[in-house]
Amino acid sequence: MRGTILSIVAAAAALSFSAPAEAQEKTLTVYTYESFISDWGPGPKVKETFEKTCACKLNFVGVADGVALLTRLKLEGKGTDADIALGLDTNLISEAKATGLFEPHGLDASAAKVPGNYSDDTFIPYDYGHFAVVYDTQTMKNPPRSLKELVNGDPAQKIAIEDPRTSTPGLGLLLWVKSVYGDKAPEAWAKLRKRVLTVTPGWSEAYGLFTKGEVPMVFSYTTSPAYHMVEEKTDRYQAASFSEGHYIQIEVAGMLKGTGDKDLAKQFLKFMVSPAFQDIIPTTNWMMPAANTSQPLPDAFNKLVQPSKTFLMGSDEVARNRQAWIDEWLTAMSMN
Amino acid sequence: MLTRAERRRGIGWGLLSLIGIGLFVGIAIVALLSFDAGNTQSRLFTAYTGRILRFTLLQAVLSTLLSVVFALPVALALARRPRFPGRVWVIRLMALPMGLPVLIGALGLIGIWGRQGVMNSLLLKLGLEQPVSIYGLSGILLAHVFFNLPLAARLLLAALERLPAEYWLLSSSLGMKPFSVFRFIEWPAARRVIPGIAGLIFMLCATSFTLVLVLGGGPAATTLEVAIYQSLRFDFDPPRAIALSLLQIGITALILIAISLFPAPDDSGITAGRATRRFDGRTWPARLWDTCAILLATAFLVLPLASIAAAGVHANLWNLATSPAFLRAAWTSFVIALSAGLLAVLTSLAIIAGRGAVADMKRAGGTARTFSISLGGMSSLVLLVPPVVLGTGWFLMLRPFGDVARFAPALVAIINMLMALPFVMRVLAPALETHRKRTARLSASLGLSDFSRAWRIDLPVLAKPLLTALSFAMALSLGDLGAVALFGSSELTTLPWLVYSRLSSYRTDDADGLALILGIICLALTMIGTAGRREAGHG
Amino acid sequence: MADGIVLKKVELKLGTREFRFDCAVPAGAVTAITGPSGSGKSTFLNLVAGFETPDRGHILIAGEDVTGKHPSERPVSLVFQDNNLFAHLDLATNIGLGINPSLKLSGNDRAAISQALERVDLSGFEKRMPGTLSGGERQRAAFARALVRKKPVLLMDEPFAALDPGLRLSMAGLLIDLHRETGNTVLIVTHDPNEVGRLADHAIFIDRGQILLQAPAEEFLARRDIPALAEFLSG
Repeated sequence: MRGTILSIVAAAAALSFSAPAEAQEKTLTVYTYESFISDWGPGPKVKETFEKTCACKLNFVGVADGVALLTRLKLEGKGTDADIALGLDTNLISEAKATGLFEPHGLDASAAKVPGNYSDDTFIPYDYGHFAVVYDTQTMKNPPRSLKELVNGDPAQKIAIEDPRTSTPGLGLLLWVKSVYGDKAPEAWAKLRKRVLTVTPGWSEAYGLFTKGEVPMVFSYTTSPAYHMVEEKTDRYQAASFSEGHYIQIEVAGMLKGTGDKDLAKQFLKFMVSPAFQDIIPTTNWMMPAANTSQPLPDAFNKLVQPSKTFLMGSDEVARNRQAWIDEWLTAMSMN
Repeated sequence: MLTRAERRRGIGWGLLSLIGIGLFVGIAIVALLSFDAGNTQSRLFTAYTGRILRFTLLQAVLSTLLSVVFALPVALALARRPRFPGRVWVIRLMALPMGLPVLIGALGLIGIWGRQGVMNSLLLKLGLEQPVSIYGLSGILLAHVFFNLPLAARLLLAALERLPAEYWLLSSSLGMKPFSVFRFIEWPAARRVIPGIAGLIFMLCATSFTLVLVLGGGPAATTLEVAIYQSLRFDFDPPRAIALSLLQIGITALILIAISLFPAPDDSGITAGRATRRFDGRTWPARLWDTCAILLATAFLVLPLASIAAAGVHANLWNLATSPAFLRAAWTSFVIALSAGLLAVLTSLAIIAGRGAVADMKRAGGTARTFSISLGGMSSLVLLVPPVVLGTGWFLMLRPFGDVARFAPALVAIINMLMALPFVMRVLAPALETHRKRTARLSASLGLSDFSRAWRIDLPVLAKPLLTALSFAMALSLGDLGAVALFGSSELTTLPWLVYSRLSSYRTDDADGLALILGIICLALTMIGTAGRREAGHG
Repeated sequence: MADGIVLKKVELKLGTREFRFDCAVPAGAVTAITGPSGSGKSTFLNLVAGFETPDRGHILIAGEDVTGKHPSERPVSLVFQDNNLFAHLDLATNIGLGINPSLKLSGNDRAAISQALERVDLSGFEKRMPGTLSGGERQRAAFARALVRKKPVLLMDEPFAALDPGLRLSMAGLLIDLHRETGNTVLIVTHDPNEVGRLADHAIFIDRGQILLQAPAEEFLARRDIPALAEFLSG
């Protein structure tokens, strides 16, 4: 019986997948999130394009999401295999820097221009999206036109939101409400609570409820309608433009201190803000490109909401206050 | 009744599994605790912890009560109607929710009970103004009953079917009325297994995560598991995660001990291998009651499953099922599920052997009794160790030995095995006990060797429960997302992971289609697990 | 004879096996049902008890047609080889269920239970659980239940098969004593020719679903002209 157990464990262990063939050349390892490298994500095209120019092998390692990416780096510490971490968002930057694992890139990253003029000596943005309430035009005839209207609207019209304790969009909404309402945020949440159908652990669950028709509104991105317009040829789902402005999520990449080949890593970061990379992003990652593309964006992107104002809190401020604000949110949302 | 060598071997196997599981859990915890995360929060137990603890216990107690209370009439009806049309399919369907990723199950439930679901459309047509909302405690309870009622009903049914065939002959010859049959035969049999079933369901509900958040309606509905996940994945605060895990295990263990204190009379009825035939319940009210119980339970189960299937058929199933991504994920899932299933069955056999050896001792000392109790306790409490803790701990442990992705499939299989262990034990332990009682004396007197005993006596009789246990464990592993999500790497893609990854890239149609395929695979598995039930009932 | 058990041209098909029984069992006597295994002995008993319903023909007990009647409506008591007692109920409860299946018992009923236990040498065993008894004691308790039921017919399916030979003798003695006291009609399925001689007034031999011989016990045991019976008696 012992033999059987061992052979089963061995069989399971042997089930490892396509470790890249021995490097006949330089290899660049990029840690990112799963959907970036899925079949329909930007990963395959990015790999193909970059390998043409670098005489190297680009090796992606995908984890669940941006938060998992940072956790993975913390767990691996200095011994990490990663040369580049791609897919953190601005809220995580302060924590990422605190690990001491990242090295300033020393590049001229002015090609990357994102709303709010974000720039950093360690992390370079590669795409961004504004958070937005996405609604179903078939069931919502009068969508809210501001965060205030969302908060004060008819409680019978529900929205699905994400949990700030377990997801980045959830944190985004928390920061958005904080940016608009400041100290009055708890009161706003107490009102909004009546419109919240449920609070899901992540974006997928909330968006699933929305596309199944269970809720007429979901907390998502201004770019979400672009997917439905391009891939499904429908403009049924639209983002609501809020007069106060929209909170932004900027996705960034940075270089690890322990990288074996700094030049190659820098070459990738430069490639990242070049049109070759940026052309791929909109219709694969469904986010706005952070730098110039060689072609104009597909028509659908011109129909998207263009926020009049962008909210973005400093990463340090977020790191300092996140726990307190989440506690505040919990209290406001748990009241009866 | 065991020879000395057999007893020694039984203890050896039990000890091996005790140490093995203890080490697997212990190493993960030590690795996590010795990791310097640098940002430990000082406040471990706050008013917040107290609040979520209270809610965790409240919803788990209610979910358990409802699941068992509703499962009882269903199991009684199915036991009383061995020839109910489609009975074997009802039993197979009952194994299905177990194998579904919980989010898929939740979406199926919402398709029926949600604001825009079938039930609310009916109510609105009947003149109701506002849809009835399930979100909140009621939604959580609904989902937990959906997932756990079938489990309870199957285990209760198995207990009823183990009753000696003579009982039914006697009861009908004595002229017992339905209530007397319930009072003197069915209830005593159910009462013996209810504490175990309730304990299992309680643990499942206490550690519920996705269902609680999706259907809970807001952060007032939060379980400890959410806090553990948050502290490890979002805040990366291992000491807090482990403190919360220990709290979860400790409190639940207390409740399980309280449950096990309910007196359970000993069970010494042995069937003579006669065909089970029931002569009671021939009256019209009894027929009507049973039919209603079975049909209602079936509808409750089938409607959400049908809503999943209805969503799934919109997808291009053929393209999905032949895509390389699917085939790769299906193969990975299969290998992991099979490894986890076999490991769970073998480990259960080792634990049962260990406990059997102690039970066989004439004068079992304190050490032996403690050993037996630890085996029993461990095999159920292991369900409470959050997979996120195990996964992260082992990641840290294996990291120095190279790429963790290489070990990930084995780790996921072991974590799935641990999750399945309590279920497999519930299926195997009673079957093995009954079988041993029936054959121990005879085998011992014939002096059969181990091999010929295993081959000629044990295997033919135990093949069915072993297969049931294996398919149970495999279905559980197939539907599990938790363990895989930790490693969450592109090198290890299982079917539920594929479903989630399609969902997170807007591809809901693909996700629906994959969920349908996953459901069909689980149904096929349960068909294997329930194969030959009919013969078992009438042979 | 009319008030014994009568199977009138009874036919029954179970799967591929066919059974035809046509006989009359005398009242107030012990009749042994014998035959090779699989011949239909238990089916015979099941027909009388009501666990099988004939496809054709009629079954009469004490002159009353019971063909379509539920087992509980037939004036019979049953003793099986094993599991005669509900393992989780004490002896008093097990026997009490024989008097009233809802266990609504009067003081007299309780006294009857104690007397019955005393009669089978189990005095004071009221609160004992079946699991703590020996095999012989459990069968004696089953007899006690048959006693309190006061039914004119006692059906027994190999009641002593699980007991060792010495015990079988004493149990047979007890059975004969009880039969003398109650004067009931007893049908006992057995595969042991010795038991026929020890217990039975009459015997029925069944082979392949048919009755080959019905005769008084002495004649039955002496017959050698039926090959199947000869083989049975010598084996």
